[in-house]
Amino acid sequence: MSSHTLSVLVENKPGVLARVAGLFSRRGFNIESLAVGPTEHADVSRMTIVVAVDELPLEQVTKQLNKLVNVIKIVELDPGVSVQRELLLVKVRADATVRTQVLETVQLFRAKVVDVSPEALTVEATGTADKLEALLRMLEPYGVREMVQSGMVAIGRGPRSITATGVR
Amino acid sequence: MTSATQRPTPVVPTPGPARTPGARPKPAPPTGTPVRVTGAQSLVRSLEAVGVEVVFGIPGGTILPAYDPLLDSTKVRHVLVRHEQGAGHAATGYAQATGKVGVCMATSGPGATNLVTPLADANMDSVPVVAITGQQTRALIGTDAFQEADICGITIPITKHNFLVTDPAEIPRTIAEAFHLAATGRPGPVLVDIPKDVLQEATSFSWPPELRLPGYKPTTRPHGKQVREAAKLIAAARRPVLYVGGGVIKASASAELATLAELTGIPVVTTLMARGAFPDSHRQNLGMPGMHGTVAAVAAMQKADLLIALGARFDDRVTGQLASFASDAQIVHADIDPAEISKNRRADVPIVGDCKEIIAELTAAVRAEYDNGGTRADLSAWWQQLDGIRETFPLGYEWPGDGALSPQYVIQRIGQIAGPDAIYTAGVGQHQMWAAQFISYEKPATWINSGGLGTMGFAVPAAMGAKFGMPDRVVWAIDGDGCFQMTNQELATCAIEGAPIKVAVINNGNLGMVRQWQNLFYSERYSQTDLGTHKHRIPDFTLLAEALGCAGLRCESKEDVDRVINRAMEINDRPVVIDFVVGKDAQVWPMVAAGTGNDEIMAARGIRPLFDED
Repeated sequence: MSSHTLSVLVENKPGVLARVAGLFSRRGFNIESLAVGPTEHADVSRMTIVVAVDELPLEQVTKQLNKLVNVIKIVELDPGVSVQRELLLVKVRADATVRTQVLETVQLFRAKVVDVSPEALTVEATGTADKLEALLRMLEPYGVREMVQSGMVAIGRGPRSITATGVR
Repeated sequence: MTSATQRPTPVVPTPGPARTPGARPKPAPPTGTPVRVTGAQSLVRSLEAVGVEVVFGIPGGTILPAYDPLLDSTKVRHVLVRHEQGAGHAATGYAQATGKVGVCMATSGPGATNLVTPLADANMDSVPVVAITGQQTRALIGTDAFQEADICGITIPITKHNFLVTDPAEIPRTIAEAFHLAATGRPGPVLVDIPKDVLQEATSFSWPPELRLPGYKPTTRPHGKQVREAAKLIAAARRPVLYVGGGVIKASASAELATLAELTGIPVVTTLMARGAFPDSHRQNLGMPGMHGTVAAVAAMQKADLLIALGARFDDRVTGQLASFASDAQIVHADIDPAEISKNRRADVPIVGDCKEIIAELTAAVRAEYDNGGTRADLSAWWQQLDGIRETFPLGYEWPGDGALSPQYVIQRIGQIAGPDAIYTAGVGQHQMWAAQFISYEKPATWINSGGLGTMGFAVPAAMGAKFGMPDRVVWAIDGDGCFQMTNQELATCAIEGAPIKVAVINNGNLGMVRQWQNLFYSERYSQTDLGTHKHRIPDFTLLAEALGCAGLRCESKEDVDRVINRAMEINDRPVVIDFVVGKDAQVWPMVAAGTGNDEIMAARGIRPLFDED
């Protein structure tokens, strides 16, 4: 099985997320990551869904998604020609004795500190899943007190837009 | 039968003619001019505008506002049922018999949840149904208020789509969209949930509304290149089979199918949902495939080098074990739902579109292939082989050794006496399979059953719906004694509202199909399948029938069968129930045991055609 990233344009209406999520679980597909947000069209939302399936079931899940009346368009994004990002907020134990080392790591990963207290730092980082995992591995020895991570969002490279056609 | 062949049109529904012209003239406002109404009035006007003739339902707290203007409607007739499940199956039976959208209505909470089974049923069998449910007022939604149930959440997996209306101004558009969704593309049930205060609020009504369904664009026109590919395979195939499913009936494509079948001479099998799509009397019809299909139909598919699937979905009851299903066959799969193609069996040539258009174009393309390419495989060896199987293993049954009445004989005689113009519905189980096997279906929309969901209790309410849709036709419900005890309350509706249906209770005193499996696979340990209807005669079906305002007849011997059926055919002022007391040991054959491959088909107990060895 391999991971596939689907960009799903849906009508911005209540209950659409439940319809999409329910379809995955009902038909036995596992969602690895899910992110939902607005688009440049007020009545259209965009879901980025990462699903681990083989080629044939992927075709089936795409067709089933397309059958949902509120789903407008589905595009599979090839990681090679798209930008994929996740957001990580992590609270790391960092008292005076280790703070410099922690800050060095933060800088190496081009992350930034968004909150400071005498015992801890809160770090914000964006990147691919791999990069965030590497950052976490580096921070773990200091003590991760709490963390939260978003689902992946992704957009195709180049000038073409998936919302340009078929949305209206 | 013209209305049953009407196809849903993908346009905004327009007002139909009044059911009783001249009665209570109510001048319709000019199209598009908004008028001030309540949400409930807007709902009833919208139903009138989309051409609804009959609504099956039961009022209750939250749907009450809608029932007030319904009282004044001269176009929409409401049929007060006894249980919401009956309303749902009646809407399904109506839709299957007429080809129009069936409508049911219920209140919130338990009223709505009682619609769950019929909605799931209609979803599995792709039946166009619209359900309208009341909902608690907007302010109370989410507070566990009295008779509140999240029916939209509950029915997401079992409807084509559903709506919660939160603004009365949206009622006309939502109703128009619901009917459009239900009737077009792959048909299916759509639920519209309307809070009570939305029904009560003042709003404006204008028609026709603009549909806003940016994500809904069903493909009806097939791809020309795919059609030509399929035609090439069809012309060249030496052992082709037309695998016909319920989509052909939904698309009213029987005439097109007959043309294609006769042009090519290819054998036809009609699935449980497609019985009647192609005449049983036609020599090219091998009968029903699948678990209880004919040996010839099952063998033809297993040995085929090409299956042309038309509006069929490779259901497990047809394919048996997928890995060993028609292993030598290439697949042409035509369906309006792209998700059905290659779902269970990979298609070599997929064709997405409406079966009527596909079959017509396919016929033209095959003809061109014959004329231009000169390819036309000789099917005589194939027919010789199939005719041999058909002669050796015809459908049949044995009379019970204990002298009891044969259920197959009863069903066969009903079919012969009532004829091919009658409409037959069935519940689920042995009687359903026998009705599929031993009644000759000559026309589409004459066989209405619960195929996908397998809903016991379907027959009586579905027959009621069919009768309201086709009042001039004889409607027989072939039912089992188990099924009949689930939904017979609707006979009261039939008696009072004027739906003189005929119900044949094939009473073997048991949950027959389950008993058959216990006999075959559970060492004859009959756990909880004896209903006692024989032993105690509880209930006495003739007395029950009389109590429900029907004529009650009983038949216990072969000599009596024709007389009782003919007597039932004569009674047209009220419904008739016949208690056919039949032997409990009769079994449905042929049979492919669940989980095994179709090559393992048993023509009868202990008789295996072994056609995989030649």
